[in-house]
Amino acid sequence: MYRARLFAIRHAAAFEWIYQRLERLMIACDPVFARIGYERVERPIALVERGVKGVLFDCKMCGQCVLSSTGMSCPMNCPKELRNGPCGGVRPGGYCEVKPWMRCVWALAWDGSSRMKGGDKIREVLPPVDRSLKGSSSWLRVSREKAARLREAREAARTTIAQAFPGARANEPAVAPLATEPASAVNREQRQ
Amino acid sequence: MSGFEDHGDFVRPYEEPPPGHVSSSRLERVLRSGRFAVTAELNPPDSADPADVFEAARPLGEVADAINATDASGANCHMSSIGISALLTRAGYGTVYQISCRDRNRIAIQGDVLGAAAMGVRNVLCLTGDGVGVGDQPGAKPVFDFDSLSLLRTIRTMRDDGVFLSGRKISRPPRMFLGAAENPCIEPHEWRPERLAKKVDAGAEFIQTNYIFDIPLFEKFMARVRDLGLDKRVFILAGVGPLASAKAARWMRSNVPGIHIPDSVIARMEGAQKPGEEGKKLCIELIQRMREIPGVAGVHVMAYRREHQVSEIILESGVLEGRRARRRGSEPTGAGPEA
Ligand code: SF4
Repeated sequence: MYRARLFAIRHAAAFEWIYQRLERLMIACDPVFARIGYERVERPIALVERGVKGVLFDCKMCGQCVLSSTGMSCPMNCPKELRNGPCGGVRPGGYCEVKPWMRCVWALAWDGSSRMKGGDKIREVLPPVDRSLKGSSSWLRVSREKAARLREAREAARTTIAQAFPGARANEPAVAPLATEPASAVNREQRQ
Repeated sequence: MSGFEDHGDFVRPYEEPPPGHVSSSRLERVLRSGRFAVTAELNPPDSADPADVFEAARPLGEVADAINATDASGANCHMSSIGISALLTRAGYGTVYQISCRDRNRIAIQGDVLGAAAMGVRNVLCLTGDGVGVGDQPGAKPVFDFDSLSLLRTIRTMRDDGVFLSGRKISRPPRMFLGAAENPCIEPHEWRPERLAKKVDAGAEFIQTNYIFDIPLFEKFMARVRDLGLDKRVFILAGVGPLASAKAARWMRSNVPGIHIPDSVIARMEGAQKPGEEGKKLCIELIQRMREIPGVAGVHVMAYRREHQVSEIILESGVLEGRRARRRGSEPTGAGPEA
C-alpha cells in the first residue's frame, strides 16, 4: 500500500526501533528454530513476513531485506530495482522517472534515513540482489546469520584462550575446548 | 611474446598501466597530470558500417581526450557501445565504453568487460540507464540486475582482485579506468553529493555529469562535494552541450529524463536572432565558468546532432590552452590500441 509505505518512511525512526527489537527476538529464537529445523519454519514465517511487510512497506519479498539501510523505504519498489539509488531521472518535486505518480523510492529513502539513528547505513554500497532467494524469509536469514556470527565470535575467543593456555588445555581438555559447541550446551543455566 | 605478431595489429599483448595509474588510458593520464580534460559523446549510427562510426568520430577526435560510446541511451536501439569502442580504439582514439544496467545481467556484463578490455578499451562508464518506457521499444524487458554502484564495485573487484563476482579467478584482469555519471541539478539536490560519495566508495575514479545549464545550482553541489573531500578523490567532468533552439530545449526538458534547463536559459534562446550561434555561445560561456569552479577537472560535451560545433566550442573556450588532443589516425588500418 502506497499510503502505508509513505507513513512508514515518515516514521522511519519508530520502525527502526521496532525492527531492532524484532531482530533481537529473532536471534534469540535461533536455537528454537534450529531445533525445529529452519526448513520447517521457513514457510510459515515467510507467510507472516509477507503479510506484515507487504502491508507496511509494499515488500516484494526479495529475501535480502535492507530496510534499515534504506530509510525503511523498500528499494524493490523502485522500477529499476536499484539497491543504491536514486537514479539520475528523478522528476521535479521528487517523483519517479518511470512511474510519475509515485514519489521516488530513493529520494524517500534518503529522507527516511536522515530521521533514523542508524541512518548512516545508507552510505554503505549494497551488493546486487541474489535473485535465487526471492520469496524466502529475510527475517530467518538474519536470525541465522547473526546467530552464526555470535557463535563465530565466541569460537574466536575460545581459540585465543586455547592458544594462550596451551599447557592447561593439554592437561584439562574441558578448560579450553575448540570443538564447536551444540547450541543446547551453551548458556544452559541462564536459559533454565 | 611470439604468437601476437602473427595476428598483426589485431591482437596485442595487454600492456600493464604506468606507475600510479590504474590503466593505460590517455584520459587517466591527462587527468592525473592536472590538465583540463575534454571528453565528447558520439552519436551512435543506426548502421552496421564501420565507416559511419569513423565519420561520427572525426569532428570529436580533434579535441577530445576520449570519445564516449553510448549504450542505447534513452533506451533507443543503436550500434552497441562495445562495437563502437572497439572500432575507435583500433583507430587510435581514446574511448569511454558505456555500460547501462538496463539491458544486460551480471553474466553478460562481466563477460563484456573482459571482451572490451581485450579489444583495447581503457575507460568504462557505469550507468543505471533510462527506463525502457522512454525508448523506441517500450515493450522490452528491463533487466537492472546491477545498479551503477554494484557494477562499479564489480568491475573494480575484477580489476584489482582479479576475480569475477563468483570468486572465480581471472588470469589477466581488465585494466580499466572506472567512471560513473552524476546529475547535480536534479532532485533530491541535498542527497546528490552524498550519493556521489557512495559512487567513489564503490570504485568511481572519474565522473561525467549530465547536462548542466544551471551554474548556481552546480556551484552549490560542488561546494558540498569539496566539503566531503570528494574533489580530491575523483575527477569530475562537467557535462555541457550546445542547444539548437528554444523549442529543442523545451522538448529536451520535458521528454528526456533527468534534464534541468532553467527558464532564463530558454528565454535567452528564444530572444536570439540566430539560435544555433547563441546555443554555441552559451555553451562556451558555461565551459568557461565551470572551469573556474574548484574541483572541476574537465568537461564532457554532448552535442547531439551538433557534433560539427564541438571543435569550435572547445577551441574557442580556450580550455585546451594550446594543448591539442592529438588528431589520431582516423583510418581504421594500421593503428594499434590507444597509446
Ligand atoms: S526515480 Fe527513483 S524510484 Fe524511480 S526509477 Fe529512479 S531511483 Fe527508482
